[in-house]
Amino acid sequence: MSEQAPPGPPESPASPGPATATKQKEKSEQSRRSFGQILRESILEGNSVTVIVLAIFTAIVIGGLLNAFTNTTVLHAWGNFFSAPGAAISQAWNTAIGAYVALFEGSIFNPHTVAALFQQASLSTAIHDGYLAAVFNPLSETCVQATPLLLAGLAVALPYQAGMFNIGAQSQFIGGAILATYLGYGVSLPPVIHVIVCVLGGFVGGAVLGWVVGELKARTGAHEVITTIMLNYIMYYLLSYLLGNVMQRPGRTDLISPFIASNAHLPRLFGSTLRINAGFLLALACAFGLWWLLYRTAPGFEFRAIGKNPSAARVAGMNVERSWVLVMLIAGGLAGLAGSAVIQGTDFSVNFQSSGTYGFDAITVALLGLGRPLGVVLASVLFGAFHAGAPLMQAQTSTPVDIVGVLEALIVLFVAAPPLVRAIYRLRAARAAGVAGLSGGGLA
Amino acid sequence: MELELKGITKRFGSLVANDRIDLSVSPGQVHALLGENGAGKTTLMNILYGLLQPDEGEILLDGKKAQFTSPKDAIAAGIGMVHQHFMLVPVFTVAENVTLGNEETRPSGLLDRRKARRDVRELSRRYGLEVDPDALVENLPVGIQQRVEIIKALVRDASVLILDEPTAVLTPAETDDLFRIIRQLKDGGTSVVFISHKLKEVQAIADTITVLRRGAVVGDKPPSATEDELAAMMVGRNVQLKVSKDPARPGDVVLDVEDLTVADETGRVWVNEMSFQVRAGEILGLAGVQGNGQTELCEALLGLRPVSSGHIRLDGHDLTHSTPRQRLHAGVAYIPEDRQEDGLVGAFSVADNMILDSYDRPPFASGINLDLGAIASNAAERVQEFDVRTQSADTPVGTLSGGNQQKVILARELGREHKVLVASQPTRGLDVGSIEFVHRRIVRQRDHGVAVLIVSSELDEIYALADRIAVMYEGRITGIRPPSVPVEELGLLMAGSEVPGAPAQAGTPQAGTPQAGAPQAEQAGAGESS
Repeated sequence: MSEQAPPGPPESPASPGPATATKQKEKSEQSRRSFGQILRESILEGNSVTVIVLAIFTAIVIGGLLNAFTNTTVLHAWGNFFSAPGAAISQAWNTAIGAYVALFEGSIFNPHTVAALFQQASLSTAIHDGYLAAVFNPLSETCVQATPLLLAGLAVALPYQAGMFNIGAQSQFIGGAILATYLGYGVSLPPVIHVIVCVLGGFVGGAVLGWVVGELKARTGAHEVITTIMLNYIMYYLLSYLLGNVMQRPGRTDLISPFIASNAHLPRLFGSTLRINAGFLLALACAFGLWWLLYRTAPGFEFRAIGKNPSAARVAGMNVERSWVLVMLIAGGLAGLAGSAVIQGTDFSVNFQSSGTYGFDAITVALLGLGRPLGVVLASVLFGAFHAGAPLMQAQTSTPVDIVGVLEALIVLFVAAPPLVRAIYRLRAARAAGVAGLSGGGLA
Repeated sequence: MELELKGITKRFGSLVANDRIDLSVSPGQVHALLGENGAGKTTLMNILYGLLQPDEGEILLDGKKAQFTSPKDAIAAGIGMVHQHFMLVPVFTVAENVTLGNEETRPSGLLDRRKARRDVRELSRRYGLEVDPDALVENLPVGIQQRVEIIKALVRDASVLILDEPTAVLTPAETDDLFRIIRQLKDGGTSVVFISHKLKEVQAIADTITVLRRGAVVGDKPPSATEDELAAMMVGRNVQLKVSKDPARPGDVVLDVEDLTVADETGRVWVNEMSFQVRAGEILGLAGVQGNGQTELCEALLGLRPVSSGHIRLDGHDLTHSTPRQRLHAGVAYIPEDRQEDGLVGAFSVADNMILDSYDRPPFASGINLDLGAIASNAAERVQEFDVRTQSADTPVGTLSGGNQQKVILARELGREHKVLVASQPTRGLDVGSIEFVHRRIVRQRDHGVAVLIVSSELDEIYALADRIAVMYEGRITGIRPPSVPVEELGLLMAGSEVPGAPAQAGTPQAGTPQAGAPQAEQAGAGESS
C-alpha cells in the first residue's frame, strides 16, 4: 500500500528536503501541469490517500444508516412509511445526523459552550469559571485520547516498515506502564527530573519486551507474531499478579497500584481543567523523530531496505538480524511510552483497565496510517476524536458508544480492501498508469 | 492451415505495443518472431491466442476472418500456445494435465482416463516425445514439462503451435531435443511460431524470420541472414556482437581461494576443497552446468554462507570468516545471480538502489544523517554514465526492464572502490543491446586492473569474456583451460571427466590475441544468454 503513495508527502523517501535544489525542480515540474489536471489524475488513479478518504466517508455513511435503522423510533416511523413517508425519512436522517453532530461536539467543537462563554459578564470571570476551558475541552480530550494511540501506532508502524508485524504493542504498553508507575510512587525525586525518569522508565519497560522479541527472532527465527501474542498474555497476567502483591495500593483489596507522586505527573499544557498534557507533545515529537529516523538516516534506510527485500539487504552487507533487534527495541519503547503517557498524563495509577485495547487499536491506526509517521498522526487523531466524542454522543442521543467501534472497524475494512472502494467509486486502479509508465520507460 | 495477421494494432494507454503488424504463417513452416524484450512479440501472440483483443486489424485463417475473444476460441480454431511459464498442475499426472479443461467422459459420466493416457502415448510415439502419461508433473524436469505443454496443444488438434521463448528455461541438450521435436512437428504439417530473442536459435530452427522492434515489424529475413544483420535489425543500430578486448595483462594474485569447502544447512557439500586464483587484470570464467555449486561458491565468496574449511584471501588478507559488509569494504564488487531477489530493492527508487551498499558512508551519510543531495547527484551522474533508461532517478527500480535493472546494479557495484568483481550470470535474461553493454563494462574493469570472476552457465558468455576458463562440476574444478579450448573438451569437463589437456597457467595469456581466438568469438556470437 505504502508504495502507491502520491509524490507529495514529506516522508516520501525520494522527495528531497525542503531546502534542496531538487525541490525547486520538482515544483517547477509540477507547475507545468495544471492544478485541475493533477487533481483529476490523483482522484482518478485511485491512489492510497484517495482510497482512505473515501473509505472513511463510506464508513461514516454506512455507520449512519446502521445507527438510523437500529433506532426504534426510526423503525416505527418506517412502519408508517406509506402514510407518512416524509416523517420516516426525516426521522432516519435526524437520528443519523444527530449522533454525528454529538460526536463532533464531543470531540472538536461544541457551539453551546461558545454561547455560554458569551453570556458571561466579562472575559476574566469566564476564564475563571472555566467557561473558556469548556470551549476547548473537546479538542483537549481528542488529543488526550490520541496520545497513546499515536505512540502505540508508531510502535506498530516502525516494524511494519522493517517487514515485521508487531502484535505486541499491548504487552509493551503494559511493560511501560508498570515501570513508569513503579518509578512514579516508589522513588522520590525533584519535579522535572521525576517526570523524565518515569518517562524513560516507560520507554525502557516497553523496550525490554521489544528487545526480547527481536532477539528471539534474530537468534532462533521465532516469528514475531507468535512471540508478541504470547508476551501479551504474559504481561497481562504479570500485571494482575503485581497488582495483587507488590504493587497493590495499601488499604485496597482490588487490583490497583498506589498513585504516582505529583512530581511525576506530565505537565498540563493549558491549565488544570484541560487534560491535554505534555504527553501529546511527546507523541508528536516521537512521530517526527521516527520520520527523521526512517527517511533521513542511514539506519532508517537499512530498516526500510530490510522491510522491502531482506535478501538484497543482506547481499548489500546490511546486518539484518541486528536491525530486527533494534527495530523491535525502539518499537517496544514507543509502546512503553504510550503506557507512561496514560499513567503520567491522565490515570496516575495503573489498574486492570489502564491498558484498555490501546495495543490492538494501534494496529488499526498503523494500518490506516499506511505505516507512515504522518499517516499514523492523522489516523490516531481521527480515532482519538471518535473515542473523545463517544460519551457525549451516548449521553445526548442515546446512541450506543459501540457505534464508534463499528465505525473504526468499517474504516479499516475498507482501507484493507482498496479494490472494494475503487469498485464503489469506479476509480481506475493506480496500477494501470504505472504499467503504462513502465513500458513507456522501457521503450524510451 | 494458412494463418495471416493483418494490421494488428494494440495500445496500452499511450503505449503502442503492436503497431499495424502483418504476419503470415504457411502450413508446415517454422516462423520465428525475433525481437528484444518489450518489442511486442508476446503481446502479438496473446492477441492471436485470444488473451488480448486487438484495437485494430484482423486475423485470417485460411483466408477467412476469425475473431477470438478467449483462448477457447483460439484453441477451437486450431491454435495452441506454450507459454514461457508453464500452465501445469504440479500434483497431477501428465495424462491428467493433458485432459484438464478438455475432460472426456465415458457414458457413465466418469472421466475417461484410459483415452487420455492412450492419447499421450500415441502423440509421444508419433513425435518421439518420450513422455510417460502416468508420471507426476512435479517430478519431471523442465524440458519434459515443456513437452507436456506441447502434447496438451496437440491433443486439442493444434495446427499452429506458438512457443513463447521456449528455450529460456532449457539446458543446451534439452534445447537440441526441442529442436528435433519442432522439426518432426513441421514434417507432420504443423506450423510453429517460435518466439525468441536468441539469434542463433532462430537461425538454427526457423524457415522465416520476422523481426520486431518497438511494436512494429522491421522486416522479414531468411535464416541465412547473418547474426550481425539480424541483431542490427532487432536493436536498430549496429551491435558489436563480439566483445573486442586486448590480451589480458595479469598482475598479482588478488583473489585466492584455497581448499574451500562449503556445505548447506543439511550438511550437503556444494563446494568441495576447491582452489583457484584470480589475478589483477584478468577474467576467470567459471563454466559449468547450473547446480554444481556455483551459487554456493558465490555466496561463500560474499560471506552469505559459512565456509566449512579452506581460505578466501583478498590481496593477502584473510576474508574467510568476514561479514558481507567487511568484504564489500575490503573491495569485493558483486553482481548476484538473481538480480531482483538479491541485487535490488524493487520498491526503492533508482537513486536509493545505487547506494544500497554504501548508504552509511560518506559522501552519502555524515554521521547517521543521509545526505539526500549527494544521493541525488550520485544517481544523476550514474544514470547518465551507465545509460540507465528510466523516467527519473526517483522511479521505483522494480518498474525498469531487466537490462536497466542490471545497469543499476553495475553502476552501484562498479562505482565503489573494488579490487575483485564477482559476477554471477551477469547477462541472464538480458537483450542483445544490454548484453553488449554489460560485457563491455566488465572488460573495461579488467583493463583497469580489477580481478574478475565470471560465473556463467552460458558457454557463449564464457568464451566471449574469459581469459582463462575453469570448469566446475559437483563442487570441484575439473579443469582450467585457455580460451582456445575446443567446446567439446569443455563439454567433457562439464560432464565431470577430467580430460588431460594443457592447463592454462595463471597469468599466461593463452592463444596470443583474442583475434587469434576468433573461432571462439564467432562461437560466442551474440552472447545472448538466457
